[in-house]
Amino acid sequence: MPSATLLAQSVLSGVFSGALYALMGLGISLAWGLLRVINLAHFAFVFLAGYLVYQCIGVSGWSPTLVVLLALPLFFVAGVALQWLFARFSVDEFGSLLVTFGLTIMIESLIQWIWTADVRRMETPLSTWSVKLGPIYVPVAESILLLVTLAVVVAAWAWLRHTYVGKALRASAQNPVIAAAFGVSHRRLAFLLSGVAAATGALAGVFVAVGSPISPSQMFGSLGVVLAAVILGGLGNPLGLLAASILIGIAEALTMALTAPSWAPLVSFSLLIFILVLRPDRV
Amino acid sequence: MSMFSIAVRGIRFIALACAVLAGGAALAATSGAPVRVGGTLALTGPLAPTGLIHKLVGEIYLEQVNRRDGFLGRPVEWVLLDDQSKADLARSLYERLVTVDRVDLLIGPYATGGILSAMAVAERHGKLLVHNTLGIPKLAKYERQIPVYSIGVVPEQTLPATLFDALAANGKTPKTVAFVTSKFPSVHFMSVGARETAKKRGITEALWLEFEFGTRDFGPIAARIREANADFLWVGSIGLEGNQLLEALKKLDYAPKNPFFLYPSPGPLAQSPDGANALSMTLFEDHAPFTNTPQAAEFARVYRERAAKAGITYLDADMQAAVAYAAWQTLEAAVTATGSLDDARLAQWLRANRVDTLLGKLRFDGPGNYGDDLQKIKQVQSGRWITVWPREFAPPGARMNLQ
Repeated sequence: MPSATLLAQSVLSGVFSGALYALMGLGISLAWGLLRVINLAHFAFVFLAGYLVYQCIGVSGWSPTLVVLLALPLFFVAGVALQWLFARFSVDEFGSLLVTFGLTIMIESLIQWIWTADVRRMETPLSTWSVKLGPIYVPVAESILLLVTLAVVVAAWAWLRHTYVGKALRASAQNPVIAAAFGVSHRRLAFLLSGVAAATGALAGVFVAVGSPISPSQMFGSLGVVLAAVILGGLGNPLGLLAASILIGIAEALTMALTAPSWAPLVSFSLLIFILVLRPDRV
Repeated sequence: MSMFSIAVRGIRFIALACAVLAGGAALAATSGAPVRVGGTLALTGPLAPTGLIHKLVGEIYLEQVNRRDGFLGRPVEWVLLDDQSKADLARSLYERLVTVDRVDLLIGPYATGGILSAMAVAERHGKLLVHNTLGIPKLAKYERQIPVYSIGVVPEQTLPATLFDALAANGKTPKTVAFVTSKFPSVHFMSVGARETAKKRGITEALWLEFEFGTRDFGPIAARIREANADFLWVGSIGLEGNQLLEALKKLDYAPKNPFFLYPSPGPLAQSPDGANALSMTLFEDHAPFTNTPQAAEFARVYRERAAKAGITYLDADMQAAVAYAAWQTLEAAVTATGSLDDARLAQWLRANRVDTLLGKLRFDGPGNYGDDLQKIKQVQSGRWITVWPREFAPPGARMNLQ
């Protein structure tokens, strides 16, 4: 029988994993739900940001704050540029899946060309620093990740829910024609949302670089579970995404703690299938 | 003109003539149509960090062989394709190498899955396949496949035996052992063997955990290892999994006693602050006595230079680099000895003769063409991998550090 400490430690680990899934998935959820763009290149943005963080902080010794402040607008612009391409060539929902998959491969090749296929690790004390609370160890980097994710997700939710831009975005997603009749410019809002989505990807990239060694092909490692969380949480629904991500994270962690860890990957997809059977309208 | 002067001039003339002839012979040595050697490597995908090492080594070897006399006096050309770490793609690409590119010889890809795919193609076309890291010898059924990865016929028994012997010889026979293993086929195969060996030696199994290749969150696994708190930790890992597990353990403020990592990415583990004293297996490391021969020393020197230029973070030529080099050495030895590019003759010669390589004198006459088990135990010491067992392969003064 596993001890209470083991279970508590595992649940905590699951919450942190879920937080990373949510931060990685937020941009995808927003773009898919509100722009009908399935942006697989978001994973490439996350890892590109991770490599830039590794290069600027880990190799060149820049200030982490400066790097984050530079990365966010940079990726915002990249997101806007991507949306401009979609608009320019009238890429539809299914087309966006194919185009962004191709773009992901291109960015993976670019990363490999610059940093090679060799593994990179940003050595920072933050990576393995923990604080002991009773019998439980709380990793500091993951705690920051959780706080940042909560802040970003709640901010995204509040932005969509309570601001004119957010309401306009949701209206445009529901019915672009009627929204346009009320003066909503879908095109401009799409640029804004795409930029914000890419910036959240850059933020996720910071934590990917801090949290583990990186290599180019790893960008596909989280693809399945993050997409499962995005669908489970409801497209364009930040709070739903957060809840789904943490649910998946905890379920995986408890599976690893209580049974064979090799069963863990089945959890997210079993949950996804279960929910889609019950609620096929979620996609 | 004195007789002495004439004699000197005569000697000079003969020397000059010899030099011209030798130079001409050297030029002629790499003339003619190139011998085309085809192969794939995982240049992208999850196995790419190791594929990169194999590519670098292949390029070094080709430069060296073409500076000598190539294969049979002809320059050697490497037709290298990217199998993207996918065994199914490797199969298609080897088919292409044989039927479309019509290469003269084949050399294997990196990793068990890709090698098995390439082997099926080689068998269909009757081609020789010299390959480097097939981790499950019992799957090698084709008579013209030549495994340079000298891990013996039953590595799942012999490697754990070597490891537990090393621990025992240092007075650290564990009473309990925790096994944590990836389900990556060649890794899992070895871990199952290690589990059996431990059982036979009366070592209590404190934990047996299997995880999927590609697992991201090692937190719960680390918590279970911590709770088991065994005397010895066997980590059946490949690539970065070892690093990820060690970091997860560090977050729990737990340093495992004497952790062994099966197939780690050498650089990240050696250079990690958490990797100190980690154990693993090897066939070659960049230190004496492996580098005692001029060829090995030169290889290690050139590799270090090229690895730095290529942006590889760990510059020592380790087992993977040496195995890749040994594969090319094996191919060259067979071609030179037989004076032929005929696959049947080459395979026959290799199965009947020993080949001198960086890994030692290899033989290919056992079951599945496997020869001796040359595996050794290495350990991270001061940020480098150092062979520590058997003792005769350790550099002067090196000792195995165990808790």
